[in-house]
Amino acid sequence: MNDFKLEKRKYILCGAIIAVLFTYIIQLFNLQILNDQYKTKADSNAFYKKTIYPARGLVYDRNGKLLVYNQPAYDITFVPREIKNLDTLELCNTLGITRDDFVERMKRIRKQAGFSSYTEQTFMSRLSAEEFARFQEKMFLFPGFYVSKRSIRQYAYGAAGVLFGDIGEVSQKKIDKDPYYSRGDYIGTQGLEATYETHLRGEKGVELLLRDAYGRIQGKYRNGALDTMAIRGKDLTLGLDIELQQLGERLMQNKIGSIVAIEPSTGEILCMVSSPSYDPRLLVGRQRGDNHKILSQNKHKPLMNRAVMGTYPPGSTFKTSQALTFLQEGIITAETNFPCGGGFRAKKFLQKCHAHAAPLPLAPAIATSCNAYFSYGLARMFSSDKYKNAQEAMDIWRDYMVSMGFGYRLGVDLPGEARGMIPNAKYYNRHYGRWNAVTVISIAIGQGEVTLTPLQIANLAATIANRGKYITPHLVSNIENDTLPSIYLTPKYTMAEEAAYEDVIKGMRHAVLNGTCRAANIPGIEVCGKTGTAQNKGHDHSAFIGFAPMNEPQIAVAVYVENGGFGAVYGVPIGALLMEQYINGKLSEESVKKAEYIQNKVIHYGEGER
Amino acid sequence: MERERGNILERIDWWTIGLYLSLAIMGWLAICSAGNSFLKTDLFDFFSLSERTGKQAMWMGVSMFVGIILLCFDKRIYKDWAYIIYICFMILGIVTIFIAKDVKGSHSWITIGSFGLQPAEFMKFATTLALASFMSKHGFSLNNDGNIFKCIALFMLPMMIIIGQNETGSALVYSAFFFVLYREGMTGLVLLATISAVVYFVVGTRFDEVTFETLPTSVGEYAVIIIMQIFSIFMVKYWCRNDKTFVIMLAVNIVVTLITYWIGIYLIAFDIVYVQYLLIAFNIVYLLIQIKLRKEKRNIWVCIFIIGSLVFYNSCDYVMHEVLKPHQRLRIEVLLGLKEDLANAGYNVHQSKIAIGSGGVLGKGFLNGTQTKLKYVPEQDTDFIFCTIGEEQGFVGASAILILFVAFILRLISLAERQNDRFGRVYGYSVASIFFLHFAINIGMVLGIMPVIGIPLPFFSYGGSSFLGFSILLFSFLRIDADRNLRV
Repeated sequence: MNDFKLEKRKYILCGAIIAVLFTYIIQLFNLQILNDQYKTKADSNAFYKKTIYPARGLVYDRNGKLLVYNQPAYDITFVPREIKNLDTLELCNTLGITRDDFVERMKRIRKQAGFSSYTEQTFMSRLSAEEFARFQEKMFLFPGFYVSKRSIRQYAYGAAGVLFGDIGEVSQKKIDKDPYYSRGDYIGTQGLEATYETHLRGEKGVELLLRDAYGRIQGKYRNGALDTMAIRGKDLTLGLDIELQQLGERLMQNKIGSIVAIEPSTGEILCMVSSPSYDPRLLVGRQRGDNHKILSQNKHKPLMNRAVMGTYPPGSTFKTSQALTFLQEGIITAETNFPCGGGFRAKKFLQKCHAHAAPLPLAPAIATSCNAYFSYGLARMFSSDKYKNAQEAMDIWRDYMVSMGFGYRLGVDLPGEARGMIPNAKYYNRHYGRWNAVTVISIAIGQGEVTLTPLQIANLAATIANRGKYITPHLVSNIENDTLPSIYLTPKYTMAEEAAYEDVIKGMRHAVLNGTCRAANIPGIEVCGKTGTAQNKGHDHSAFIGFAPMNEPQIAVAVYVENGGFGAVYGVPIGALLMEQYINGKLSEESVKKAEYIQNKVIHYGEGER
Repeated sequence: MERERGNILERIDWWTIGLYLSLAIMGWLAICSAGNSFLKTDLFDFFSLSERTGKQAMWMGVSMFVGIILLCFDKRIYKDWAYIIYICFMILGIVTIFIAKDVKGSHSWITIGSFGLQPAEFMKFATTLALASFMSKHGFSLNNDGNIFKCIALFMLPMMIIIGQNETGSALVYSAFFFVLYREGMTGLVLLATISAVVYFVVGTRFDEVTFETLPTSVGEYAVIIIMQIFSIFMVKYWCRNDKTFVIMLAVNIVVTLITYWIGIYLIAFDIVYVQYLLIAFNIVYLLIQIKLRKEKRNIWVCIFIIGSLVFYNSCDYVMHEVLKPHQRLRIEVLLGLKEDLANAGYNVHQSKIAIGSGGVLGKGFLNGTQTKLKYVPEQDTDFIFCTIGEEQGFVGASAILILFVAFILRLISLAERQNDRFGRVYGYSVASIFFLHFAINIGMVLGIMPVIGIPLPFFSYGGSSFLGFSILLFSFLRIDADRNLRV
């Protein structure tokens, strides 16, 4: 081959070089222009989105008293790489932990997923300000250790814990559903904190930081031009009167049960006691974990809000609703007399009653809580020619009950509300096949299949006080820069009319003046009331509903004390004390003594679970 | 022998100098970017000798000074001293293995005070000189006296020494001299064999486990056999120049292949690769018959090529699984996209692709690259320097630099081609080939289309020895080019 032919080979060589150049430019084009994924990967590599947590909204009572606020808690963190010549003993002494504890913590942290010796690791969390101060003094001794501030809830009063509820770290399920949350965020898990989570939480802010390959933060991206500010959560004002709440919780000491008081004109809940109650301040700070465990393992379930989650037979308090139904349906008038010879008789069946004058019209029947009167009333309704049959009468009766807020969730602003039980004709068809008024007669006196929550019972009192209407009971009366949901602003009407209510109110006033509720008489205030003694497998439950003053009522209250015996034993005095406290703003001297007496009374409950 | 006319300054190729200086400046700026972090904002810092940028600037100064000195020796001196320089550097290379400190397993650094030198970078210069000198002997022909093996031995020696220093990547660069031998008359079969080997290996390994949807045939195997058929049939046309044989073979192979494929897909599903093996057998037999009938002697090489191909392809699997160490196999598998290994072998390349890919069309701007600034790419100022450019200058800037680099190499080739003697031409081609191999391997690695072989990108990667070594290669050639009319 001669040189001339060989010279042609330069074209092959140059061609190969240019081919390589083209291949590389095509690959560059592919990486930089066609493919988007590298850009996103680069961003997730380099940007660390530091969340700025907003302050959670505060909670005030109806008189503007601060109930729930935020308190800084301090987490001690460390960067493993930066620790130098650590004096372990000194550190342990400063933090008040043992050497073993220290070793244990370090071991646990190193095992955690995502551990990096370049980034901050949490050594200890939720230190109080005092503990933090002690540590800060000596912090210079411990290079590599840092303090980061977090905000936790603190409570001004040791009451209403179960209403405020709790906040906790958000669950993975919730994170998947709601993109607002990310791992480690706090979220309201119980009570008002859960219901008003979206108002209370505010809006998180984001700081865009640059992170190097070792996970170390190198600075702000574009000097923070793209950062967003955190927006403070909205404050809540409650209809709650914290002093009334405290009194309620005090009176219910060593008793199981509930008190609910409602302002009839607005539906605002003035107090809601679920006993046993707990001091929410126990669940703050480093002792939180231990205390929470104790509370959740208590067999009387102090973490459960009985006022909305518990369902009970309403007992005789329910008779008011029966009277309203019969009156409205024209089954009886206020003057209708029924006999009561020791009870309601139908063939061999006897529904017992206690001793009182008989026969009697409505008002004294309410006042003395005559079982027979309401049983005869129901029997007359279910056999009335007005309806096709007992089934139709039953369903109409059911409609009355539902219109008074029974059988369904009222819609209070607390999670986990129970609906109680109001049976209908279908229910009895299914369970009894053939049935008549006698079969179901106990529903007339608030026994049998009928169950209500204490809140529904209180709402009955409020409805009577309002003469036939109610606004769905609610705890929050005002949200900062926001309006309440419309159900808390618009009244609902029952099927009974005002005239019927006036008749029942007369009976309830009669009960206070010379009936079962005489102990509810407060000098200078026209109190109306109705006792209840709900039969139970064990000792009877003691119940009471009442409102005051009779005209232009300010407070309606329901008291329910489990196994408390006659309504007059616990229900009436507790209800009376609450009404007096709320209307007068204080208790009379005599009442203070009465309150102390009730407070110190103890009901012994068995060892069983409830 | 006659003296060159005119001033040396008028004779040297200023185009090359210009390209060299622009590449060097861009390289230095890239190192500024790669070394930049959030803590430094002061430009003045870049010239501090405690920074890599400062050190690199100093080395660039030294290199240019050495370059100017090299321009002062005339062509004869280079030729006369070639073997002495070669021997000296080979000895230095061997000594280095024993006196060098262990740096991550490699024994290639000699430290003088606070500066380290890599003799391997200067061994390229020595080898180039020796090869050019050897091939410019009077009456030299690659086809006689086993000269080709002597040439290969000349650059295999430094290759071995460098492998001894445990710098396998740098040793690979010496295969650049095969381009030079090709230009000087080595048979093209060697290059064809090399290209075929790479294609067989890549295609065969990449698609080995993939089968056709309806056929029990490995796509990898099938594709390799088809490529083998194509290569061999076109060899008959362009290398043997037996047009008739070519046409018949082509027709038979195409018809049989298509029919088989059609039967396999639509009629009976069977392993169609066996028919391709039968075709290969037919091709060999047919070629052998043609040797007998038409005296087409060159056909025997085609047969050897086919059989060699089959042997090579079948031994690939053995090499992959039995010869290569697990980490080497992993690197190959990651490269071929068979495995994801982002934590270890694939990490560098993955991060490098992310950095380059995030640059987009116009890039993030000088000193604004987040990936490089935040040290996501390891070795980002040495072997992976190009991803800094990709991220900050984008597609436009990165392509421009690639084009500039290739222009530089093509300019060197054109200079080599205008030499009047073999010494100058071989020298020029060697220099151009060395730059090209560095360029191709380094950029290919950074872009994720070549395996991770740690060699620097000339004038860009941080490192005094390599900058100085490349400058010496370039400036010595510039002087030889300036003296091209001087016959030696």
